[in-house]
Amino acid sequence: MATDVGGLTATTTGVTVRNLHRSFNRSGGVLNGLDLDIAPGEFVALIGRSGSGKSTLLRALAGLDRDVQGYGRISVPEQVSVVFQDSRLLPWKRLLANVTFGLDGKDAAERGLRALTEVGLAGRESAWPAELSGGQQQRAALARSLVREPQLLLADEPFGALDALTRLQMHELLRKLCAVHRPAVLLVTHDVDEAIVLADRVILLDGGVVATDVRIDLAQRSQADPGFAGLRHQLLDALGATGEHLGSDFIAPGQRRVS
Amino acid sequence: MTSTALDRTVVAEEPTRDDVRVLRRQLGPGPRIRFAFWIGPALLLAIWVVGSLTGFIAPQVLTAPWDVVKEFGDQWSNHDLLGNITASLRRVVYGLTLGTAAGFALALLSGLSRLGEAVIDGPIQIKRAIPTLALIPLFVAWFGIGEQMKIITIALISMIPIYINTHNGLRGIDGRYAELAETLDIGRGTFLRHVVLPGALPGFLLGLRFAVTSAMLGLVVVEQYNSLSGIGHMMTLAQEYGQTSVIVVGLVLYGLYGFLADAAVRLVERKALSWRRTLEG
Ligand SMILES: Nc1ncnc2c1ncn2[C@@H]1O[C@H](COP(=O)(O)OP(=O)(O)OP(=O)(O)O)[C@@H](O)[C@H]1O
Ligand SMILES: [Mg+2]
Repeated sequence: MATDVGGLTATTTGVTVRNLHRSFNRSGGVLNGLDLDIAPGEFVALIGRSGSGKSTLLRALAGLDRDVQGYGRISVPEQVSVVFQDSRLLPWKRLLANVTFGLDGKDAAERGLRALTEVGLAGRESAWPAELSGGQQQRAALARSLVREPQLLLADEPFGALDALTRLQMHELLRKLCAVHRPAVLLVTHDVDEAIVLADRVILLDGGVVATDVRIDLAQRSQADPGFAGLRHQLLDALGATGEHLGSDFIAPGQRRVS
Repeated sequence: MTSTALDRTVVAEEPTRDDVRVLRRQLGPGPRIRFAFWIGPALLLAIWVVGSLTGFIAPQVLTAPWDVVKEFGDQWSNHDLLGNITASLRRVVYGLTLGTAAGFALALLSGLSRLGEAVIDGPIQIKRAIPTLALIPLFVAWFGIGEQMKIITIALISMIPIYINTHNGLRGIDGRYAELAETLDIGRGTFLRHVVLPGALPGFLLGLRFAVTSAMLGLVVVEQYNSLSGIGHMMTLAQEYGQTSVIVVGLVLYGLYGFLADAAVRLVERKALSWRRTLEG
């Protein structure tokens, strides 16, 4: 079913962002002249401290920042899908109707069923969203974005609310689906390990620009790879997660302040 | 499995199917009771019957149920009760339908467009502050004392709760769903049908429940105005001749209307909103 998809995406364009500025108030910009390229089919993970502007960038690419001040040039492919942190299933639609919402064509239901099967939700198509677990809802959201055969998949911490085990299963699933559908992906995450395991490239947002851009060339995508620890350390370092930025008031757990 | 002490006890006690739970004190109302809807009215009826039987409720104060039934039969066969019932019913149905349609359309207009809100919302709030019943003399001057005036009054009085609650429901739709719809590249019509209407439905149905009650109130009042038919007409005549039992027949009919209409709306609510997992159950 997916053999022709590869040929289709090969001819499409990727993402180009030039000199992107975005600010919410006069005190300072959130994005300050950001440049970014994502090749077709490339999986990019976006990390950065809380408030560094990851969601702002993602929303700009998704075309959802109508009201935000700023300028710059953005070009994205025609078919863009967004996966939000919350699954955002419409509670008054059953699962299949949610997945195929906005699709037209006679085969919409069939495609929706296939997408649900792909994410392991076969047989649940007539369930209400409220009857699903958090992980199942997120998988349904993934099915909804993939059924549109996107050339670009934007995901803002899609697994943030899931438990560790479900997260691992979702990683596996996402990697498999991306290998089949080959969309370009921009995945926002707080989790450096998740970024390394999933992405071809990890970029770090700081000061409103791409501060670090690391290509991931691991032979095996897991913590077992000898290169993993090095990459992890490099990225955590760039994030400033080595301790001193936590401030002088920070007391590590189990320690007492010496007076 | 290797045999252990645990294994043995499991085998020995298998048929009893112990059910030992640690349950929290329940704070919600708990599961639905069957026919719960009828319990309250049935209780009321029982009090009425027992009160009349024991003489606790004097016939001058409130006619006994069996006398009401007898009077009902008399009205039915000698005074065209059926005609009166249908006349009243027609007024409510026409007025309520008109009011519902108008309230719903206005709520959509003012909920979905800023311009619509600017034009519509203010006047409706002003209208809300003026009791519709106070407008009746004006309507009589404009539309006469015929059916037109009656239906328009009922329509106006039931439009307000529909408008207020639908508008409220519309505005309460999570903005994130609109955002999602934008990312799915759907048209305005699809958005309206699949996001706005289902999202506003709970508010609309709540408004409908209020509207049904308001329409009944309107009916009772407009039927006092020179009606030649209808339950109100029957009651006005009875008042002149001091027939308490006929008045009680009218009251019971009004009560039945309201009760059945509310039950119908609630049924629709339960079916249409089955996706909701709330205390409603
Ligand atoms: N709608 C808004 N109005 C005003 N300021 C906003 C708005 N959205 C974001 N900001 C500000 O822009 C900055 C970047 O926000 P953004 O949501 O992009 O951060 P983020 O990197 O996604 O953070 P997190 O990892 O916590 O999600 C923050 O300082 C935030 O306060
Ligand atoms: Mg964010």
